[in-house]
Amino acid sequence: MNLRRKAEEEFFKYFSALVTLLIVFVLAHILWTILSKGLGTISWEILSQEPKGGFYLGKGGGILNAIVGSLYLAIGATIIAFIVSLPVALFLNVYLIRYPKLLSTSRFFLDVLWGIPSIVYGAFAFAIMMNFHIKNSLGAGIVTVSCLIAPIMIRAMDEVLKTIPIGLQEAAYALGSTKTETAYKIYFKQALPGFATAILLAFGRGIGDAASVLFTAGYTDHIPRNLGDPTATLPLAIFFQLGSPVQEVQNRAYAAAVILMFIVLCVSLSARVFSRKK
Amino acid sequence: MNKRKLIDKISSNWMLACLVFFIILPLGIGAGLVLKSSGLLQNHTIYNLVFSSTWEPSEGNFGFWSFILSSLWVTVIGILISIPLCLLAGIYLTQFAPKWILSFMRPVIDILAGIPSVVYGVWGVLVIVPLVGDVIAPYFDNESMGYSILAGAIVLAVMSIPYILNMLLEVFRQIPVELGEASLSLGATKWETIKHIFLRKGATGIFSAYGLGFSKALGETIAVLMVVGNVVQEPTSVFDAGYPLPALIANNYGEMMSIPSYDSALMFAALLLFVIILAINVFFRYIIHKSELI
Repeated sequence: MNLRRKAEEEFFKYFSALVTLLIVFVLAHILWTILSKGLGTISWEILSQEPKGGFYLGKGGGILNAIVGSLYLAIGATIIAFIVSLPVALFLNVYLIRYPKLLSTSRFFLDVLWGIPSIVYGAFAFAIMMNFHIKNSLGAGIVTVSCLIAPIMIRAMDEVLKTIPIGLQEAAYALGSTKTETAYKIYFKQALPGFATAILLAFGRGIGDAASVLFTAGYTDHIPRNLGDPTATLPLAIFFQLGSPVQEVQNRAYAAAVILMFIVLCVSLSARVFSRKK
Repeated sequence: MNKRKLIDKISSNWMLACLVFFIILPLGIGAGLVLKSSGLLQNHTIYNLVFSSTWEPSEGNFGFWSFILSSLWVTVIGILISIPLCLLAGIYLTQFAPKWILSFMRPVIDILAGIPSVVYGVWGVLVIVPLVGDVIAPYFDNESMGYSILAGAIVLAVMSIPYILNMLLEVFRQIPVELGEASLSLGATKWETIKHIFLRKGATGIFSAYGLGFSKALGETIAVLMVVGNVVQEPTSVFDAGYPLPALIANNYGEMMSIPSYDSALMFAALLLFVIILAINVFFRYIIHKSELI
């Protein structure tokens, strides 16, 4: 065996392993940096109170407004996205499955939609809001974020539905069920664990996105009471507070980052559990 | 029986309506942005807007060239950093690594992909900015605050790793095993097989993965905004501060009402971004779909 060829093989084997290790290291470093900076500031006060007077000068209060605001926003957006994504995913796999050309064209368009960045959604939504004189509000934020995460949800659902054998559909028709019944009673049930993953994935994306809510949801020190109120969100709370020259305020940005990371990690780990059950 | 048919009819139409909505949504966004930026397009030619770098909103001069240039610098350098990293990691995970490493890496990639971009931004401010300002720039005899094109590019490179690596894993997985076996049986080493067979066979997929990664990185807003410095200038080195298009939109929406035609200028910036990213996406998605049909 040629020595040089052998050496080249060994070199790339270890070098590529090293690069993989580097990626793990970067993730660990990000987690460690955020935790070590933010964990010290997390207290019951931060988690349970709205900002008080002088909050942005380092005085008391917490970021409950952003935590609750983000949860409202992400849950609302996930529900709306689910309502419009489920029919699309089912339609692709129950109706269009007989028309491969139409099916792949539709998937193509949905994939393209997936690539549009959140800042463009945000700017577009803001343009519409200016036109109709809608103020920054929780409702506007929910609609914008739902448009952003719906393509993600559709794609994840589509991946699951794709794996269902067509024989199941034929059996349902043979027993006399309509297409709708086949879609919602057979396909929906069959794909349920996968749908849980899709929903969690979309939720995680929705709660972490800053660029789309920057224009649409506004920012406030209070927990929104209805859809017309503006709302604070965790990503923006981090972003705004990090820009402050006051050390205490900056520390709270790190604490907010820890909370956001914690939520997102829980979501992505439970998504993994659901996808494994399948 | 009739009731079931009626339900079927209503629900079918609802499903179709949802699908049509999502298919025309990009068109709607494009049309809306064109309409909103029309105020600016009436007084300026597109050529002037894109290739002029005079940015004086209060004088009515809107030249986007320095923003476009910043966007390109940050994104291209970011992708250049992540190209070898993703490719080597992809090769290792699918060809060399034992199974348990791959199943360990999947959640690692998932978590990296799930970290919100603002958290990447915080990490960038805490770690990458000082690294660039205190270590990398002095090493190359440069002075830099750290808030620079390079810092933005490094953060973008890290952010795009999970996105690109996931696609690469898929590409390598789809290459038929027989191809590799044929090459090995002819006496090639594993690495030679990868180099000559797998990389060539997967070239389209790899190319597309990087293309889509590029477009994803181009639209990234908050994380880049936090580390790139946001100075309006044509960057001349990687240690200069830059001001990419998404950052321009995000930073100025608050004051856009006070200056005439500033709002349509920002909408034009969004339109530019939208058109570029849509074009890249259509191109690479088309390649992928074509190769899947064969």
